[in-house]
Amino acid sequence: MSSPLRRDDVAHVAKLARLSLSSAELDMFTEQLGQVLEHANDMSSLDLDGVKPTAHPFELVNVVRKDEIRVSLDRDEVLAMAPDAQDGRFAVPRIMGEAP
Amino acid sequence: MTSAAEIAANVANGNSTANDELERSLEAIRARNDELNVFLYVDEQGARRQAAAVDEKVRRGENPGVLAGVPIAIKDNLCQRGIPTTCSSKILEGWRPPYSATVIERLLAAGAVPVGKTNLDEFAMGSSTENSAFGPTKNPLDPTRVPGGSSGGSAASVASDMTSVALGSDTGGSIRQPAALCGVIGVKPTYGLVSRYGLIAFASSLDQIGPFAKNVTDAAIVLEVIAGYDEMDSTSLHEPAPSLAAHVNDGVAGKRIGLVRDLVDGADNEVVEAVERAAQVLRDAGATIVEMSIPEFRLGLSAYYILAPAEASSNLARYDGVRYGLRVDADDVTAMNEATRTAGFGDEVKRRIMLGTYALSAGYFDAYYGQALKVRTLMIDAFARAYRDVDLLLGATTPSVAFKLGSKVSDPMAMYLSDIFTIPTNLSGEAAVSVPFGTGEAGLPTAVQLLGPARSEARLFAAARVLEIAEGHS
Repeated sequence: MSSPLRRDDVAHVAKLARLSLSSAELDMFTEQLGQVLEHANDMSSLDLDGVKPTAHPFELVNVVRKDEIRVSLDRDEVLAMAPDAQDGRFAVPRIMGEAP
Repeated sequence: MTSAAEIAANVANGNSTANDELERSLEAIRARNDELNVFLYVDEQGARRQAAAVDEKVRRGENPGVLAGVPIAIKDNLCQRGIPTTCSSKILEGWRPPYSATVIERLLAAGAVPVGKTNLDEFAMGSSTENSAFGPTKNPLDPTRVPGGSSGGSAASVASDMTSVALGSDTGGSIRQPAALCGVIGVKPTYGLVSRYGLIAFASSLDQIGPFAKNVTDAAIVLEVIAGYDEMDSTSLHEPAPSLAAHVNDGVAGKRIGLVRDLVDGADNEVVEAVERAAQVLRDAGATIVEMSIPEFRLGLSAYYILAPAEASSNLARYDGVRYGLRVDADDVTAMNEATRTAGFGDEVKRRIMLGTYALSAGYFDAYYGQALKVRTLMIDAFARAYRDVDLLLGATTPSVAFKLGSKVSDPMAMYLSDIFTIPTNLSGEAAVSVPFGTGEAGLPTAVQLLGPARSEARLFAAARVLEIAEGHS
């Protein structure tokens, strides 16, 4: 059974999705995801040229609220739920260069 | 079990109190929750406060609301301010939302009493509630079997009389399939009828919140309460909640109902028999049954398992260890993101994120995602053609009765096939109801599905009511 998906492909998407996989997990996911993609191949054989794609069931219109000041979520309450916060902001490990 | 309508009437007229109804519900939860794992969190304190407020309104002669004192179970992907909301994921363990979903606000305003948060497949991805980081829920009718999923906890709460009604969410069948396996009513409303504000997103163009109930009238009352335009959801339909409960006894006389072979073929014999018997009941009630085939439905599963993971891979990018939930520390921010997501997500969520990332990635976008979007158009057109000829469609909800715990966990494709009959409605954004009808293997419930165009909920409930009366409901 030829899978449309190679082990390297899974390793690549895992990296893009910020997931790290063990060697055993790579094997398992390659097989399982391959089965789903194989099932999806019943679509690839269809000639759908000229068919309009649908990303959403109904016509979407952009919704903009009035530019008025109103009460929003309480900053302290929101930050209290964060893993780390400093000076009213979310805190993260260093992003680039030397640690300060 | 007293119905939600009866509880509300008794509380309003003083024959019962919200407090007594809540104690009855808490008692039922205490009796079986350890065994069944239905609730992840029971909010006794908040529920008592709400019940007391309802009783106080009754005492003062004010209108306590159409759901006065009705205990209700809430799927744990709906935010309730200050109450742990996990999506059954370790990545959100301990998080308490700073706001409530619109549906919660509307339930509270109608006098309902949310008693707690129910178990689900992690991020609503699954068909058995076995993909929960906090252990599976068991089917109350046979604890060796699954309750279905992903809203398995909410279905089990109603099936075990812990609450008369519950809320779930349905992205590919996650209300209707567990309703079928637990022998209760489950409703997937028209997309946009119910605000998704505060529903933690899985696949935003498919997700919709809906009720579980023991009878059609209760489902209609709950849906009326939660439906209607909400400015906090940009996809919310610009229209008021429809009148539903007043029309449940409208019947089906003169209606044309399509019996769809593609929503029956492949199901177990006992399920096929239930659908055929339901067709006969509807015919006897004055409907015309039209046999039809909609071959496009067979493409639904393939399109869904590209589109839903694609949307999920984008929606779940927000779980990065920065703003809420789990953080696994590492030297730099990218390593922290990766360590957090690797530790926080379960296998099924990882599968869907990777599948979606793959389908959206350069080189594969057109072949998978682009093609699936076009198949979605075919599905919508096929439904529209059918509804030019008939008022409603009839088929099975799911191919079998409740299956054994563990029997499909290692075979994702077999699990996905549980949703083969429910997925088309999510892709078209239309409405459908699962109605318990008959019994199959080991005395377990079988179910049928009624499908209708957008905004056909009143018509669907009227047909569902004909079926429940035939099954001996008063």
